[in-house]
Amino acid sequence: MEIFGLLADGFATSLSPLNLMIVILGVTAGLFIGAMPGLGSVNGVAIVLPLTFIVPPSSAIILLAAIYYGAMYGGAISSILLGIPGASTAVATTFDGRPMARQGKAGLALIAAAVASFVGGTISVVLFTLFAVPLADLALAFGPAEEFALVLMAFTTFVGLGGDDVLKTIVMICLGLVLSTVGLDLISGQPRLIFGDLPGFYSGISFLVLAIGVYGVGEILYTIETSRTSPSVTPAKLSFRALGEGLREMNKLWKTMSFGSVMGFFVGMLPAAGATPAALMSYGMAKTFSKKPETFGRGNIEGVAAPETANNAASTGSLLPMLTLGIPGSPTTALLLGGMVMWGLVPGPMLFIEQPDFVWGLISSLYTANVAAVLINIALIPLFVWALRMPFTVLCALVLVLCIVGGYAPSQKLHDVWLIALFGIGGYLLRKDDYPLAPLVLALVLGPLMETSFRQALISSQGNVFTFVERPLSGLFMALAALFFVLPLLKLLRQRKSKPPAVAE
Amino acid sequence: MINTFTRRTAMALMASAALAVATPVAAEGWTPNKPVEMVIMAGQGGGADRLARLFQSMIQTENLSPMPILPVNKGGGSGAEALRYLKDKEGDATTVMATLNSYYTTPLRTDIGVDIEEFTPIARMAIDNFILWVNADSDIQTLDDYIAAVKEAGGSWKMGGTGSGQEDSLVTAMLEEEFGVKYTYVPFDGGGTVAKNLVGNHIDSTVNNPSEQMGFYKAGKSRPIAAFSEERLEAFPDVPTMRELGHDLVYTMQRSFVGPKDMPAEAVAFYTDMFTKLSETAEWQKYAADEALDAKLLTGDALQEFLLNGREVHRKILDSMGELGS
Amino acid sequence: MLAADRIIALALMGLSLYFMWHATVLPIGWTDGSGPGGGAFPFWLSAVMLLASGGILLRSILAHPHEGEKFFPDADAIPQVAGVAGLLIATIAATHVVGAYVALMAFMVIYLRLFGRHGWGLIGILTLATPVFLFFFFEVTLKILLPKGITEPLFIPLYAKFF
Repeated sequence: MEIFGLLADGFATSLSPLNLMIVILGVTAGLFIGAMPGLGSVNGVAIVLPLTFIVPPSSAIILLAAIYYGAMYGGAISSILLGIPGASTAVATTFDGRPMARQGKAGLALIAAAVASFVGGTISVVLFTLFAVPLADLALAFGPAEEFALVLMAFTTFVGLGGDDVLKTIVMICLGLVLSTVGLDLISGQPRLIFGDLPGFYSGISFLVLAIGVYGVGEILYTIETSRTSPSVTPAKLSFRALGEGLREMNKLWKTMSFGSVMGFFVGMLPAAGATPAALMSYGMAKTFSKKPETFGRGNIEGVAAPETANNAASTGSLLPMLTLGIPGSPTTALLLGGMVMWGLVPGPMLFIEQPDFVWGLISSLYTANVAAVLINIALIPLFVWALRMPFTVLCALVLVLCIVGGYAPSQKLHDVWLIALFGIGGYLLRKDDYPLAPLVLALVLGPLMETSFRQALISSQGNVFTFVERPLSGLFMALAALFFVLPLLKLLRQRKSKPPAVAE
Repeated sequence: MINTFTRRTAMALMASAALAVATPVAAEGWTPNKPVEMVIMAGQGGGADRLARLFQSMIQTENLSPMPILPVNKGGGSGAEALRYLKDKEGDATTVMATLNSYYTTPLRTDIGVDIEEFTPIARMAIDNFILWVNADSDIQTLDDYIAAVKEAGGSWKMGGTGSGQEDSLVTAMLEEEFGVKYTYVPFDGGGTVAKNLVGNHIDSTVNNPSEQMGFYKAGKSRPIAAFSEERLEAFPDVPTMRELGHDLVYTMQRSFVGPKDMPAEAVAFYTDMFTKLSETAEWQKYAADEALDAKLLTGDALQEFLLNGREVHRKILDSMGELGS
Repeated sequence: MLAADRIIALALMGLSLYFMWHATVLPIGWTDGSGPGGGAFPFWLSAVMLLASGGILLRSILAHPHEGEKFFPDADAIPQVAGVAGLLIATIAATHVVGAYVALMAFMVIYLRLFGRHGWGLIGILTLATPVFLFFFFEVTLKILLPKGITEPLFIPLYAKFF
């Protein structure tokens, strides 16, 4: 029970008045940064990293943890209110969060997201506290073959996410995967699909550019057409009663949330995977195992809770390989890793033994930051909901400005802003013709990992395709992937048998 | 004409306005009047990025620049994106670029219309080293054991490294030529991932930089076999160099800063001075020692000579690999 | 609806062919001992996309037209949507020359007046508040410089003051 003593020491530092103030400041800043389309925890952490040399290292870690958590919570805000995922981790949150906002339930969706994030964060920090060291070995067991099998599994969990039109879904998945290959081919070191040598394509097409394009600009164009000057969003009301109702609703979802947390933690822990596949898998599974899968995508609160628990749990999980193996699972953890190196800490297996103060200080500040984040987030919900009451044309103008600036900010290229306009107009036309856009965006996110790990595994095995099923862990994931692929089909067949064919909408 | 006239006037007006709020540093000569862009030739999170961001925060904490230094990653196309960007910044006084060896290899492998000779050398901050590593569980203790094992594997020995055509693959090619062996080269997206895959036994050996394996090495999970440095590394006194073992294999990674073509002389002087001061700080010296970096500073013409020499070395290596572009 | 469906399917087929053509720069086959080449993924996935969008085209030719369903249910909306899209493109183009601040301010004025028909008071407040917010949030706090174009010199005293 040595862990608890160490943790108590950690709490003693993280609960001092100065550090509490830092937590509140960090979480609030993180929330706003995360809520901006285009900006996420990477930006928050990058900005405060140099500042952390001014404050004592223990406070510095707390500040970083607070910003990290704040931004993770904030990502859901723009997904729900504007329908633009602020980060790839929050894509799945738009599926049901946005419809809820359109139905005037933005407040409820935001509460659901906050509570779910809190549950995910808490369960995963507990898991982290208890099992950090032994789990590091599991992360090591993941080679390219296992990574490929895992991504394939993530893909199959959202087979059911596409529209009713199979052909159109296939087109969108392929388009997303092809767009994900633009840029440098890592394996051969050669550029490909750079379209007449445009330097802007050298670094590939960023997920954010596509998401801001189709969900931001595309959504605005669509709303302009369908509603023109009338408001698209039912004004949301928020009261203490609504808060209570939200909490009661959430109480029914404990199964989804605890499953999402545990799965999110484990998937996030694997260096290459991270929070995005975790959130997608959680959403996909919640839908697969739901009694009413047809309500997903139309404003089901469970569809907000499932990805939000998983992505928060995964972002805690992704700290694990960073601390125990020195491998960053995401750009944000890469920056944190850089920060640790600057403080003279060597991440890796020895960190827990040589620097217990640091490690347990960090873990205890994760608990504190998580509690602060949920409280501050709920306190600010009225403000966010109020923003939706702006006249539509004003909101529209502001969102377009944010799309332009937010699209420019991550890599600071106007090339990306042009792509946003292109994807926005293209996405708008595709959407009007009933092409599902979610598979397009998801394929772009998972594509690079899938292709690279597939080819790495084949190179390692001298071109033997059976490597994916021969290796035990990889074989297990392949079997699960097959199961997830077949399950929705079986369910569909059973429904067809028991019920007369449903009338299409 | 009218356009330039108004621009000039505006500038003059603004300059006088700026004087009113100017800080005392203005008296010391040229200083940047807008934030300085630090273009990084690699993506976020890699070794080059971490080092560049370390420099940025040190410049900030040591107050070496009156304007903030803003790191921008342009790692696309193995740095081709950054090189093209810097080429378009001709004459600019507030852009510097953090380079690594792709500064040589990228323009040599594919014609991107960039001649690195045109860029303005500022400062070489460090030289990083390469070491041959195996998993600590393996029986391999010496270079001879290693070569014997690779030969026995008959081409299926898995060497992990960064992307094809980048540093790790060049070192691998040098090993193949020197020892007459054949590897299966598995490219990964970063040195950290390579290190992890070695410890997880997914690959058989790597040529990681010391800093990338340091955590695992200290935990006794990976074993250094030989270093590709000129002399023994202080941090690894027991690891022989390839030269000591009778093989003339030396390969290092340079970490320098350059400016665009025709950067104003006073700006070059300012940045050279800034990086010189930076390299003298105790923090940097300690960091360099911890990470087994050679922190000898090189500036001006000496640096240009070093860089052009490096390009020739890489031209030869790439030529022997058949990777030289047109 | 049907015509639009066909045009989009054709456009996607064209796009697939264009991708396939570009993908052939790298080997698209299976190399013995090391798996697929660098062009294989984009090439074959584009090929699947070509087939699937071909299928959509074929289906729309064979299928009965959806009665009463139109691509643009409300023809009045077309100029509105096209106007916003055009304004967006013009704004991005202007950013190259006059920088983000001027371009975005012009965008706000035109959009709010033409499409929103708001009063000049509100337009003035929003148009002035937005760049101030952008400057302090992105440049001062987050240290992300926005493109300035020819307006760069105007910002030098601001840099001196706030950085």
